[in-house]
Amino acid sequence: MNDQPQKNLIIRDITKSFGSVTALKRVDLEVRQGEFFTLLGPSGCGKTTLLRIIAGLEQPSSGAIILTGKDITALPATKRNVNTVFQSYALFPHLSIFENVAFGLRSRKFPEQEVRKKVSDTLELLEMYPMRNRSPEQLSGGQKQRVAIARALVNEPDILLLDEPMSALDAKLRAQVQEELRRLQRRLGTTFILVTHDQAEALVCSDRIAVIEAGEVVQCGTPLEVYDFPRNRFVAEFLGAANLLQARRVNGGVETEVGFLSLNKQPEWPEGLVAIRPEWIRVGSEPSVNGVHATVQDIVYRGTNFDLTMSPGALRVRTNAFKNFKIGDQVWLELPPAELVVLEG
Amino acid sequence: MKQNTILWHGEMTTERALTRRGMSFLSSGIFWLTAFLVLPSLIFVVLSFAERGVYGEVIWNFSFDNYKRLAGFSSFGWTPDYLLILGRSVVVSLVTTLVSILLSYPLTFFIASRPARNRFVWLVILIIPFWTNIVIRTYAWFLLLSPDLPFARFATFLGFIPDGSSLYPSAFAVYIGMISDYLPFLALPLYSSVERMDWALVEAAQDLYASRYRVFMQAILPQTAPGLTVGIILTLVPTMATFVVPDLLGGAKYMLVGNLIQQQFGTSRDWPFGAAISMALMLLTLLSMRIYRRKGNTVDII
Amino acid sequence: MKKRHLVLQSISLFTIGMLYLPLFGIAVFSVNSAKHGWVWQEFTMKWYTGLLHNNYILEAAWNTLTLAVVSTLVSTVIGTLLAIGISRFPWGSRTNGFLGLMLNFPVVIPDIVMAGSLVVVFAILRSVSDVFQPGMVTMTIGHITFQIAFVALVVRSRLVSIGTDLEEAARDLFADNWYVMRRVIFPLLLPGIVAGGMLAFTLSLDDFVISFFTSGPTSQTLPLYIYSAVRRGVTPQIHALSTIIVLITVILVVLAERISRKK
Repeated sequence: MNDQPQKNLIIRDITKSFGSVTALKRVDLEVRQGEFFTLLGPSGCGKTTLLRIIAGLEQPSSGAIILTGKDITALPATKRNVNTVFQSYALFPHLSIFENVAFGLRSRKFPEQEVRKKVSDTLELLEMYPMRNRSPEQLSGGQKQRVAIARALVNEPDILLLDEPMSALDAKLRAQVQEELRRLQRRLGTTFILVTHDQAEALVCSDRIAVIEAGEVVQCGTPLEVYDFPRNRFVAEFLGAANLLQARRVNGGVETEVGFLSLNKQPEWPEGLVAIRPEWIRVGSEPSVNGVHATVQDIVYRGTNFDLTMSPGALRVRTNAFKNFKIGDQVWLELPPAELVVLEG
Repeated sequence: MKQNTILWHGEMTTERALTRRGMSFLSSGIFWLTAFLVLPSLIFVVLSFAERGVYGEVIWNFSFDNYKRLAGFSSFGWTPDYLLILGRSVVVSLVTTLVSILLSYPLTFFIASRPARNRFVWLVILIIPFWTNIVIRTYAWFLLLSPDLPFARFATFLGFIPDGSSLYPSAFAVYIGMISDYLPFLALPLYSSVERMDWALVEAAQDLYASRYRVFMQAILPQTAPGLTVGIILTLVPTMATFVVPDLLGGAKYMLVGNLIQQQFGTSRDWPFGAAISMALMLLTLLSMRIYRRKGNTVDII
Repeated sequence: MKKRHLVLQSISLFTIGMLYLPLFGIAVFSVNSAKHGWVWQEFTMKWYTGLLHNNYILEAAWNTLTLAVVSTLVSTVIGTLLAIGISRFPWGSRTNGFLGLMLNFPVVIPDIVMAGSLVVVFAILRSVSDVFQPGMVTMTIGHITFQIAFVALVVRSRLVSIGTDLEEAARDLFADNWYVMRRVIFPLLLPGIVAGGMLAFTLSLDDFVISFFTSGPTSQTLPLYIYSAVRRGVTPQIHALSTIIVLITVILVVLAERISRKK
C-alpha cells in the first residue's frame, strides 16, 4: 500500500453494556474514506449496537468514535454528519416520498429552492423521481429501500450506515439490489457501513469485512482474506461451508483422521483444527501431494456444481457439474498445502 | 452534583433534563388524578371508619362500627339483611357474567364466520347496544315487561303472575335486564380475540381428538383468553356495582349493593356507612376477579 | 356439521334479539298515540314535536352536550400528555408501576365507588370555594376524571404501535425536539388522539352514575331526566327522547366504524 487512504472513521476501544449484558467488548476498527465496509455476524452479536453507536443513537459505555480526526463520541445523531438506512426503513407514513427525502434538509432549514433541487437530484439518482408524490404504503419493498437510501444520501453524509437493508426483500431481488448498492457506492465514493448476517451479501458488496462474534471483532479483512484464510473455527463456519479437520502437529505438517497433511506454515498449537474449502479440494484418479484415498458417499446436484460427501472424514467436495460421479466411486483427493488453513485454537 | 449525559433515541441530554421534560408532560394528569381520584379514594377509606352525626354530618371518630353494622350487628342483635344483599350481588354478578360468556361464544363465532363483506354490519350490530345508554336500555325492558304486553300476558297465561300485573319487580326481571345490558361488555372484547384466532389449531385439535370439550379447552379457550379476561373484568365490575337495573326492575325486594350505597349517599345520608359498603364492594369485586384471573394484565378495550 | 351451525345461528339470533327487542319496543311506543296504558292506538309524531316545546328536555340536552364537549376537550389534552409522558421517557420500574396503576384504576374501580368518593371530596372542597357546589362544574370534573384514563390508554397503545424507529430516524435526519414533536409524533398520533377523544365523548354521553351523584338541582342531563321521569311516571315523550338518543348512538357508531375502517 503506497498511497495510504485518509483514515475516515476510527472506532477506538468501544465497550457497550446493557445492565449486566455486554453487547460489545473493546472493539477497535478503522474504516477508510470511500470504503464499503461490512459488519458481519449472527443476530445478537452486537453489530447493530455498534452501528447505532456510530449513528449517535446509542452511547458507548467506554471508548471513542473519531470521524476525520474529530472525537464525536459526545455528539448526538443530530450533530453527526452520518445518516442511517434503518432495517424497517422507518419511512414517515404520513409524508409523501418527496417530503420523506426532504425531511433532513427541511429540519436544517435549507432554502426551499435548494431542497427541491437536491431532493429531485437524489430521487433521480435512485430512479424514484416518478414516484415522488406517492405515500410510502404504495411502494414495494425494493422501492421503499431506495427511498430510505435517498432520504439518507440527500444529506451528503460522510458515512452512510445501512442496518440489514435487505432483510425485508425476497431472495431474488436481494441479489440484484446488492450489486446495485455496490455500484452506487463506487459511483458516489461515500463511505458505506453495512450491517448484515448474510455472508454472501457481505462478500458481494464489501471492500472489507469485520466478522463479529459475541461482541468482539474476530477478523477484519478483504472478502478474499476472510473467506480463504479464516482465522478461527467461527469465521470458517460462518462464511460458507468448510471442512474442519481435527489435527495433531507432527514434523512438517499435521496428522489428521484422513492421514498426514503437509502444510506451508507450521501450526503454533500441538493439537487443533485445520480447514479447507470444499471447492479447493481437487478430485483425481492418481495420488498426489496430500493425497487422500476416498469413497463417494453422497451426491447433491446444485445446478452449477455437485456437492460430494466423501469418507473418510465426511469431507465435503465441490466439483464442476460436468464431472460425473456415482455413489461408491473410489477417488484420490488432493488437499493442496496452500489452501489448508491453520485455525487459531 | 454529577450530570450524567445520556443518549435518548438520538438526543443527547442529561438524566435530569429528561426527567424534568417527562414530568412536564405528566404533571397535569398526575395533578388531576391525584386530586380527584387518588386522594378521594384515600379519604374514602378513612371515611369508612368514621361516624354519622345526627344530621348526616361526618364525625371523624375512628371505629369499626360501620363494618360491624354491615356484618349485621346492631343494637337490636344480629340480622343477615346486609350480608344477604352482598351475597345476592355476588351471585347476580357471577351468573350474569357466566350466562354472558355462554351466549357470547356462539355470538362472536357467528359474527366471525360471516363473509368479510357483511361482517362489518354484524359487528356494528353488536357495538350499538354497547354504546347505548344503560338507563335507556334498562327502561326499555321496564316497558316490555309491563302489564298487558305479550311477555306479561304469556306469564299470566302460564299462571306465574296475576292478570294485569307486570313482570317486575322480580329477580327474573333483574337477570333479564342485567344480561342484556352487560352482555356487549363481554362479547365485544371477546370478539377481538375470536377474530384473530388461528382456526388451523382448532382443526388440528379436531383432527387429533374428537371430543368437543377438549377442542374448546385446548384450542379455543387459550386463544381467546386475552379477550375473555378483559370481557370478564368489564362485566364483573359494573354488574357488581349496578344500581340502575335493580332500582328499575328489582324494587325494594331485590336490592343489590349498588342500591345500598346509593341510599347512603341519597336519602339516608350516611356517608361513612356508604364508604364502608363501597370497601366491601371493592373487596368482593377483587375476589370475584381472582376466580377468573388469568395471565395478561393489560386492559385493552378498544 | 350443518346441525351445529344451525344451533350456533339460533343462539346468536336469540341473543341479538334480546339486545334489540327492547329498543324496538321503545321505538314502537314512541309513535303510539295512547297517552296512558300499553295499548296500541294509532301512529303519531306528536311526542317528537312535543319534545321541542319541553324546556326541561331542551335544557337537559344542552347540558348533556356542554358536559360532553367540555370534559372531552380537557380530558383529551390531559390524557394525551399523560400518555406521551408515560411511554416516551425512561421511568424506573417503580414510577412505571405507579403510573400504570393510576391508568387502570378508573377502568376497574366500580363507578359508584368513584362517584361516592367524589361526593365526599366536593363536600370538603366546598368549604374552600363555592365552585364545588353540585352542578355542572362538579359533573364536568367527575367526567374528566374517568375519561383521562381511557384517553391515555388509547393514545398510549397508538404510541406503542408507532414505535420509536420513526423518532430515531427523525433524529438521524437532524430534527430537534420541537421538530420531532410537530412533524412526526403529533401527525402520527392524531388518529389515536381523535379515537381517544371520541371514546371520551361517548363515555360522557353514556354516563349515568357519576352524573347522578355529582349533579345539582340545575344541572339535569338527558340520562338523569329519563331516570327521574321513569320514577315519576312515564310519559310517551320519554319514548320519543330515548328513540332519538338511540338513533344518534347508531349514527355515531357507524361513523366511528367508517373512520376507523378507512385507516
